Amino acid sequence: MIPTLFVAVYLAAVLYIGIFAFRRKPAGGAAEDYFLAGRSLGPYVFLLSLFGTHMTAFAILGSSGFSFNNGIVTFGLMASSSALIVPLLLLFIGTRLWAVGKKFGHFTPVQIFRDRWECGHIGTLIFLLQAALLVPYIIIGVIGGGTTLNVISGGLVPYWLGGLVVACVVMSYVFFGGMRGTAWVNTFQTTLFLGFGTIAVIVIGAGMGGFTETVNALASNVRTAPLLTRERVSPLFFLSYTFNPLSAIAFPHISIFCLTAKHMAQFKKTVILYPLCILLIWLPCVFLGVAANRSSDIPAIKAKQEARGLLASKGATMSPEERDDLRSKTNADDVMLLLLDRYAPTWLAGLLGAGIMAAVMASDSQILALSTMFTEDFFAYYGGTKRYGEQSAVVVGRAFIVFITAVAYAIALVVKANIFDLAIQFAFAGYSALSPLLVAALFWRGSTKWGALASTIWVTSAVLGVAFFQGAFPAPAPGPPTVVMQWNGWDVLARTPGGTAVFGFSPVVPMTIISALLVWGVSLVTPKPSRETIDKYFSL
Amino acid sequence: MKTLGLSALILAFYVLHQDFWNWRTTQPLAFGFLPVGLWYHALYTLGCSALLWLLIQIAWPSHLENSVDPEEENDR
Repeated sequence: MIPTLFVAVYLAAVLYIGIFAFRRKPAGGAAEDYFLAGRSLGPYVFLLSLFGTHMTAFAILGSSGFSFNNGIVTFGLMASSSALIVPLLLLFIGTRLWAVGKKFGHFTPVQIFRDRWECGHIGTLIFLLQAALLVPYIIIGVIGGGTTLNVISGGLVPYWLGGLVVACVVMSYVFFGGMRGTAWVNTFQTTLFLGFGTIAVIVIGAGMGGFTETVNALASNVRTAPLLTRERVSPLFFLSYTFNPLSAIAFPHISIFCLTAKHMAQFKKTVILYPLCILLIWLPCVFLGVAANRSSDIPAIKAKQEARGLLASKGATMSPEERDDLRSKTNADDVMLLLLDRYAPTWLAGLLGAGIMAAVMASDSQILALSTMFTEDFFAYYGGTKRYGEQSAVVVGRAFIVFITAVAYAIALVVKANIFDLAIQFAFAGYSALSPLLVAALFWRGSTKWGALASTIWVTSAVLGVAFFQGAFPAPAPGPPTVVMQWNGWDVLARTPGGTAVFGFSPVVPMTIISALLVWGVSLVTPKPSRETIDKYFSL
Repeated sequence: MKTLGLSALILAFYVLHQDFWNWRTTQPLAFGFLPVGLWYHALYTLGCSALLWLLIQIAWPSHLENSVDPEEENDR
């Protein structure tokens, strides 16, 4: 009951901040104020909100769950690679995006592409691909909210009601507060979940009887010792993961957010402090996820370990359906909640539960980004604002927010979360493979709309191809992959327990490299935009 | 020359991320409980912050700032 009250207070605070706390009269146009906070965000709101926008529920729940099953490799795979790549992208691409957006009044990347490459429908195609890759994140946000509220309340709040409450709260502050409200809520949420890690480590560490004993116990057990090294992961797979953070700058909610800074200098603090924020949130979550393996006195954790052991020892003789069933039982996204429930006093578990809700509710910026894209890239582009006036953009944007939230909630009620977990895997690779478009548009005079089209068609086909391949070839048991195609002794295409491997790499690597080659190669042989347009963009 | 040097530095950081020499060991433990594969990457993350500070000192794209936001210096 107490944790539910904490979460209720937290949701009320979020509503207040998002709707009322930072309302002001629009300084510029109504649409610019609503969708981009009038390009006026200060340095700390910009840093904390951008970080909160990027680090979704996965940062707390997913990272500890993944670490529980895969070990300390999680930090190198996802955190330290992002600590290098994401700030570099913000420094070199984000600043240029900001400058181009401010100088020419753009709201979205597609507006930049259309203007830079003198194209119309190719921009619409890119918009459709970006939107299709973004929708699963919004649905997973609603599912995460419903599940977390259900777990935190000890079943008092049913899943359907939890999802409805979270969807309504997020929809309300995005609807009324626009980018300014969303940015301030994200700042509040990020502050909460940055504090979460430190407190969780201290409380759970003390409850477990000290970390040295925990690590010694894990190291001396043949089943858990590999979790403390990276021996189960191939170096090529590890290398592949450095391509995933490229998605950050291609995510519409991040690239649009880059346009909200008041001054370019706002990027300086963000770039330098970004790795420290990653360290603060990921190190405790990864370590606690691994350490949770010692808490087999918690029945739910023991059940996950037994399912994992069974999958490893008997998985090869089981049917694909039986393996999938066991895999879903090893899902450990709730491991942090279980540790808190076991080791934290009730009042603190409630406070920390609110911190977890903060991480889960990151779908706000994705809903707003999708609404901005629909309004600017579709409604306004096809004559809506000319016909109905500038104010209509905000009305359409708000109507779209209600529509997309309602659709996400309806889907969340009837479809299993695992499907969207998979969709997000593909979306990561898809957005990474779209990053060469931004680089080409902003840094290469020779790029053309035909190069962009070739890359977009490739990314769409590759995402669908990987999804089809993984549907057609069930995941094998833990161990060696199922090789589907070989050439001269090389494993060209293989189905691994966790996904797909192309020449031993994760699909994101060939997808991104081929996307870049297509932009380059096709641009070389196709007509360029007018000299005037090129000079306009490269006189900055 | 400056661009080449900074590119080499970024590339060196990228290579340092692939710490294959720590692959199969937990030792040495930091503070008695953090395996090397974890604390190495925690230190690496701190190092990234230092690298980015250096890049901002040396390679900040001030030409963009000047062409778009000339009052920037006055406002900061």
